[in-house]
Amino acid sequence: MSTTNASSEAPLEGGPRRLLRRRPPAGTPAAAARDRHRSKQRRRLANVAGLMAALILTGVAYSAFAPGAIAADETSDSESIAVEAGRELYVLSCITCHGSNLQGVEDRGPSLIGVGSASVYFQVSTGRMPLVRQEAQAPEHPVVFTEAEIAQLMAYVQANGGGPSVPSGDLRDGELAEGGELFRLNCASCHNFVGEGGALSSGKRAPSLDGLTDEQIYAAMLTGPENMPVFGDNQLTPEEKRSVIDYVQTIQDQADPGGAAIGRAGPVAEGLVLWVAGVGALLFGIFWMGTKA
Amino acid sequence: MATTTAAPGAPTTKIGQAALEVDDRLIVAGPLRRTLNKVFPDHWSFLLGEIALYSFMILLVSGTYLTFFYDASMEEVVYEGVYAPLRGVEMSAAYESTLGLSFDVRGGLLIRQIHHWAALLFVASIVIHLIRIFFTGAFRRPRETNWLIGVVLLVLALLMGVTGYSLPDDLLSGTGLRIISAIILSLPVIGTWAHWAVFNGDYVGTEIIGRFYIAHVLIIPAILLALIAAHLLILVKQKHTQFPGAGRTEHNVVGNRLFPTFAGKATALLFIVFGLCAALGGLVQINPIWLWGPYNPAQVSAGSQPDWYIGFLDGSTRLFPAWDINLPGDYTIPALFWPTVVGAGLMFAVLAFYPFIERKLTGDTASHHLLQRPRDVPVRTAVGAMALTFYVILWISGGNDLIADKFDISLNAMTWFGRIGCLVLPPFAYWMTYRLCLGLQRHDREVLEHGIETGVIRRLPSGEFIEVHQPLGPVDEHGHGQLAYGGASVPKKMNQVGGARRAIKGFFKPIEEPAEVQRQAELDARGLEAEQADRQSISSGRPSEGGRPSEGGRPQAPRD
Repeated sequence: MSTTNASSEAPLEGGPRRLLRRRPPAGTPAAAARDRHRSKQRRRLANVAGLMAALILTGVAYSAFAPGAIAADETSDSESIAVEAGRELYVLSCITCHGSNLQGVEDRGPSLIGVGSASVYFQVSTGRMPLVRQEAQAPEHPVVFTEAEIAQLMAYVQANGGGPSVPSGDLRDGELAEGGELFRLNCASCHNFVGEGGALSSGKRAPSLDGLTDEQIYAAMLTGPENMPVFGDNQLTPEEKRSVIDYVQTIQDQADPGGAAIGRAGPVAEGLVLWVAGVGALLFGIFWMGTKA
Repeated sequence: MATTTAAPGAPTTKIGQAALEVDDRLIVAGPLRRTLNKVFPDHWSFLLGEIALYSFMILLVSGTYLTFFYDASMEEVVYEGVYAPLRGVEMSAAYESTLGLSFDVRGGLLIRQIHHWAALLFVASIVIHLIRIFFTGAFRRPRETNWLIGVVLLVLALLMGVTGYSLPDDLLSGTGLRIISAIILSLPVIGTWAHWAVFNGDYVGTEIIGRFYIAHVLIIPAILLALIAAHLLILVKQKHTQFPGAGRTEHNVVGNRLFPTFAGKATALLFIVFGLCAALGGLVQINPIWLWGPYNPAQVSAGSQPDWYIGFLDGSTRLFPAWDINLPGDYTIPALFWPTVVGAGLMFAVLAFYPFIERKLTGDTASHHLLQRPRDVPVRTAVGAMALTFYVILWISGGNDLIADKFDISLNAMTWFGRIGCLVLPPFAYWMTYRLCLGLQRHDREVLEHGIETGVIRRLPSGEFIEVHQPLGPVDEHGHGQLAYGGASVPKKMNQVGGARRAIKGFFKPIEEPAEVQRQAELDARGLEAEQADRQSISSGRPSEGGRPSEGGRPQAPRD
């Protein structure tokens, strides 16, 4: 304990010199033994300090003499900066449920190792994450992070275990009608004919696809968030995914030739309109006629 | 024809002469005069059945237009039409022709939407009409036949809806057809055979659309038309019921003649109904089949629902536990059998035989032409409320997934709400309605006994405050009214007995000058002062002067 005290009290460069100056005088054998012991400790300390100094010197020298090598690889630099920024965001907002090493926390959040940037993009850019509280399913909230911050989080998670990522380019580059068939076959059973969404069991639900970006739909298919199954590239090829996105977005943007869409929700909404507006108007009409009697 | 023109009172106008020529040959003047002079009682609720009639007329006309373009074939074709998201997709000719009539035929989509809205309205107005008949006791002898015909009309309307829903052969209607197929299969013993008979083989086959088409455009409409005609002829023969009131008895009908007043109102209502259907058809999109996609047995969508009138069966199916009955020898009665076949069968059986059940229970076999106010028959009203509550819970449960989704409620919670609710809420509705009826009865009796609350507070010399009541008729030595309840509405506000200036006319905005009305009222009051005593007895609504039997207008002993 005394050595640590000594080294911490002494300035780093003056330490070894002071130790050398206080060379032990001759004395009792016990004192000599104590001295030997002490000098052994001092030697060790000196060695460690020397090594540290050498290492630091080497590091400084390397960074001084080889700046060109780092500057040449700028992307990896900005990437590592993004990863570092992402880590900071992660520590602030995600660590409670996903753990300090992305390994997940039991009963709170799953491991993020290997989920990939696609999953991060979907969850964070749709406002599902960060989660406010544990529920049957993460609801969509206003998005917390900026686009740049989302990219940093994506980089951080991608850097720790890899995983699927959303491709760039035109994600609607597919066959429209084929996309419709694929949508009705794979997606409509939960998301409804036109992507209006629907209820699942125990408070879970398939959300509406209204207002999602192409990337978000692609990421959802790729990663299977919440209760959604994963539609990997073996189930739906990237080409087919683009077709589905094309169909979903075309249908969403399409006008309703029949008039008010009433949520495109089918017979329940129609029945509601009939009973409230239709029958209501008629009752009003016959009351009116009644007053004319 | 020289003799006829010379006869006294002979027509001199061209139209009159032409009418005479017609009458000479067909002899219609007598019956026509009788018909045109026929009196219909006047009450807004008597128009509800007419709404059904007019929506049926709209259905016939719009449906005929649709048949020009619809192809009831299940032949596989590849769509090459104008709707890009389906181009190149395989589909049935029925679906393709429905797409064609929606997108390529001028006015096709509008007519199709009008047809669909009118269909929803048709069933809705039948149901409201039925509710009115039930709660006013209009089904009692001698009108049980018309009640039965009405229930059959309702069932036929449902069949009409189901077959029409299936015709476009889109993904939604095909899902419905799949459920129909499953219900037929669930019939014990005959299920498979019945299914083979209806579908000509296993689901889905190649026949069903063609068969449903003939049922939808020929068989069911023909029966509907015949029964509607019978319904109306019986109505005319038996005369319309009326609510009790001054001068109304079991032996007369007080109202307006068919021509011109009633005919005018009926025509106006026809136009209102048509206008509503056209407005809905033009403004609100219904059944956008191009969004649903063609039917493919491998596909099913979330939120697949029947139209509203089948919703109660969908709901009962969702609520019923999955209790399959497995019998030895590989026989199974699927759980689906109970909420659909048995459930609907029981509901309609009880509905159809209700007049006979009630007659049996009350022992009332007399003929009735005067209606009852719902409050005066608390048991029936409460039973009706109970049945409606049950129905509405099944109905809500038919769309419980959408309610769960839109209102962020767990679907399981919705299901359990329906399961518990359909057992617990109807008895509660019975109890509550019964108490409400008794309360309303008592209030009527109280007003008859003590008079209308005038809102005038008087302070007696002793310091006591009393509210002045206006008696409705003669009072005894205690100041209690001696009028008996007559089954008619009892005035409960002073302006209903002329205590205030008459209401200013105008439904949307006043069409009279209030000052002018006031002046006229004062003028009238001066002119009629001499007849004041006489007026009072008329406006009192004294009951049972017309020999009304005891049922509706049971005389009440005056109470303290």
